[in-house]
Amino acid sequence: MARTRKFSTRALLGAGSLVLVSALAACGGDDSGGAEPDKLDADADLSKQSITVSNWSGYMPDDIADQFKKATGASMKSTEHATNEEVMAKLTAGGDSGIDVAFVSGQYAQALNDAGLLEPLHDDLIPNLKNLYPEATELAFDEGNKYSVPYTWGTTGICYRSDLVDPAPTSWNDILDPDPKYSGKITMLSTERWLALPAQKALGYSVNTTDDDELAEMQDVLVEAKKHLLGYDDTTFYEKLISGEAVMTEAWDGWCGYGTLENPDIKFTVPEEGSDLWSDTMVVLKSSENKEAAFAFINMMLDPKVHSWVTENVYYNVPNAPAEDLVPAELKEQFPQLAVTPEQLGEGEVLVDLGEDSTKYTDLTTDVTAS
Amino acid sequence: MSRAPATGARSRRAAGAFFLGPGLIFTIVFVVVPVLLVLSYTVFDRGRFGGIQYTFNLDNFSRAFEPTFRKVLVSSLGIAAAATVIALAIGYPVAYAIAKLPERWRSLVLVLVVIPFWTNFLIRTYAWMVLLNTQGVLNDVLVKLGLVDERLDLLYTKGAVIVGLVYVYLPLMILPIYASVARLDNELPEASADLGASKFTTFRRVTLPLSLPGVITGCIFVFVPSLGNFVVPELLGGGKTVMVGNLVRDQFLKARDWPFGATLALIMVVLLVALFVIQSLVSRRYAVDSRR
Amino acid sequence: MSAAKTASRAARRPAKRQGLGLLWIPLIGCLLFLYIPIATVVVLSFNSGRSALNLKGFSLRWYPELFSDADLGHALVNTLLVATGAMVFSTVLGTMLAVGLVRYRRSTALDTMAMAPAILPDLVLAIGLLSFFTWVGFTLGLTTVMIAHAAFGTAFVVAVVRARLVQLDGSLEEASQDLGAGWFTTFWRVTLPSIAPAVLAGALLSFTLSLDEFVIAFFTNGPNSPTLPIEIYSRVRFGITPEINALATILLLVSIIAVVAGALALRRTDKTDD
Repeated sequence: MARTRKFSTRALLGAGSLVLVSALAACGGDDSGGAEPDKLDADADLSKQSITVSNWSGYMPDDIADQFKKATGASMKSTEHATNEEVMAKLTAGGDSGIDVAFVSGQYAQALNDAGLLEPLHDDLIPNLKNLYPEATELAFDEGNKYSVPYTWGTTGICYRSDLVDPAPTSWNDILDPDPKYSGKITMLSTERWLALPAQKALGYSVNTTDDDELAEMQDVLVEAKKHLLGYDDTTFYEKLISGEAVMTEAWDGWCGYGTLENPDIKFTVPEEGSDLWSDTMVVLKSSENKEAAFAFINMMLDPKVHSWVTENVYYNVPNAPAEDLVPAELKEQFPQLAVTPEQLGEGEVLVDLGEDSTKYTDLTTDVTAS
Repeated sequence: MSRAPATGARSRRAAGAFFLGPGLIFTIVFVVVPVLLVLSYTVFDRGRFGGIQYTFNLDNFSRAFEPTFRKVLVSSLGIAAAATVIALAIGYPVAYAIAKLPERWRSLVLVLVVIPFWTNFLIRTYAWMVLLNTQGVLNDVLVKLGLVDERLDLLYTKGAVIVGLVYVYLPLMILPIYASVARLDNELPEASADLGASKFTTFRRVTLPLSLPGVITGCIFVFVPSLGNFVVPELLGGGKTVMVGNLVRDQFLKARDWPFGATLALIMVVLLVALFVIQSLVSRRYAVDSRR
Repeated sequence: MSAAKTASRAARRPAKRQGLGLLWIPLIGCLLFLYIPIATVVVLSFNSGRSALNLKGFSLRWYPELFSDADLGHALVNTLLVATGAMVFSTVLGTMLAVGLVRYRRSTALDTMAMAPAILPDLVLAIGLLSFFTWVGFTLGLTTVMIAHAAFGTAFVVAVVRARLVQLDGSLEEASQDLGAGWFTTFWRVTLPSIAPAVLAGALLSFTLSLDEFVIAFFTNGPNSPTLPIEIYSRVRFGITPEINALATILLLVSIIAVVAGALALRRTDKTDD
């Protein structure tokens, strides 16, 4: 008796689950691309609106919600994500993520747009767009700023201890194939596109290459380089420079500043082979029900007084001319990365989304790090 | 299996439903269905921008057996196994010791063992980085004591990952073993001693077998999450030790290839379920049954 | 064995004699192993520099900063709510399930199902629940996190209680029912007390797991009410400052004081001895 009951319970469970799962499969995954922007009212009463902004912790002033309320009357809540990938997972999971404005790196904004999740920019609601440098309006992942507004930008290079490394590094090969006395004291970035960057530039390839032969060559170079590495580190590499565990690290320009803050011997340089141009951007989700407030928020962030906060506190470059003018000269002296001009930044190659081919970089990273 | 009570089969069915019902329904709705959902992705493809493209195929499975992934799987199993063995070596004596403490101290010490795990995971791992790095505390001590000539490269190695995993999952080993061993009502060990058995024989023949279910549970509790952990290999391993957890995370989040991530997860699941079934059979064999 | 020997053994029985002996070594060693990194965390909370990894000097600056950090405070409250709720649910459900699985329906399939969350990678459960909640239309928030953590914790409680239950031979329970007690009374008065350490261990486990659980919480949470692990992890990009160490130190202090106070209080009312 028990046996037959057990069997039929199992069968029921199995059948039921199958039905549920197929129903889910049928309903889910509707990639509708709607290109029609909503009709938005420039005179909407913002005090009735409220937005949720997802950003990296510490990337906006602590009192930004108060500033927003004062400036527009609308309220906002902020939520945080530690990496692009996490917020992407939430935004692409289907359903309403509850997020109105998200801060994501450029190539991810492109991917979100391709998936039909972003609201095109309503320029009339963002008059401060005029503050952007011209170079910042032509970034390859979103030329003409149709759906994303650059918030910060910068490049990647080598952050090193000038007192421990002599002569100063000038080439990506200084970390890919280092002087034996520095072996074991070097770190590289662990995030896919940037892990590949030194090899791409050292071999003269594009940061957006998807050519299999080129990728294979890059893999060989990177596997060789791994032998000299202390490790792959995205978040604590400047700490390693401070403690002296590492003497040269692949680093983003802004981050290197945190090292310089603690130890002035820590300096940043862009290798002669060139580097990338990355940008963190602001986007508005199509699913937002408070789009006017969302654009008002973006507009406020482009206000020179607000925007310059980023440079002064986070030590990142912002693509906002009047904002950069507000940054004190001493800061630019202490952190030479902040004195870089848009033209110089513009020499970097802009990272774009690689669509289906982006998995090639995941595989490359796995193959290299597991070797 | 317990004999049917004198109160009859209907009452027994009611009892069964009472105990099993709520838990099973909850589990089916919030565990089985979601997991089947994810595992169903394995036979589909990654959509163009991430997400799922519902074209049925089995490519993911052949891809999962490529050399790199195989290598990672094997290496992960090794590391997880090492962590489990070490956790057992530490955890068993400790759990046994706690169980032997006077009753009023037991809960206190048990909670003391667990309290470190109420601090944040990231900070605890950072603490290990501080302790183990070449300029760090442990090296300082070793050098000052003259035990080593040169600073050791302790961090960013497989060893560091294992230590980190043991540290993170140790209470998961201690608690089940303690639960198994506590209040074994010294009657049985005492009886054994009375009958002339040495302390060691008592332990080997009485205590150890009785604690086996707890031991196996503890081992599963350490082994499984060790396999899937991705923070410890990243921070303490310097990203140079890739484990299955990293792979699954990378596929789900970075490549946004949920189907392939689900495939790797499925392989892990099959392995672990197999281990679990073995465990289930073993523990049943050791179960005390009045009818045997 | 002579009656004299047995008698003298009985005379020696007061349990205090059965000391830990050599077992003190692993116990103390383990506590050292567990608390030395914690000591490091505490020391770094007094760092004058911004780093959670490199000690620069001594300063109390992070404590005032911690107390004025509203976000962290909210996150802490959220986490405690979720952990307590998840612990209660999972302990109750898990214990009942364990009893059901061991005493009423032995089935490897059901066993596996009940313990699935403990055997699966947490990312699978996390993404599965996200997909499930999204499909069903549940708004993501603290409730969904609590449900998720309860589902997760139940498996662990089942495992721990089960391991204990299989050791009991059921004869006491049979006796109880033969004497006329219903199955519920038997459970409540006979079974439960004998598995009490396991239930408590399970509850402790479930609470601990939920408190510091990041992956599942992240995916099943809404944007407005982060838990502590989510809040802390999100600060990784611009560097974790010793403020987090300060938080950990305070929590540690509070927990240890609470536990010691509890133990001392119990001492007064403790009538049973070994």
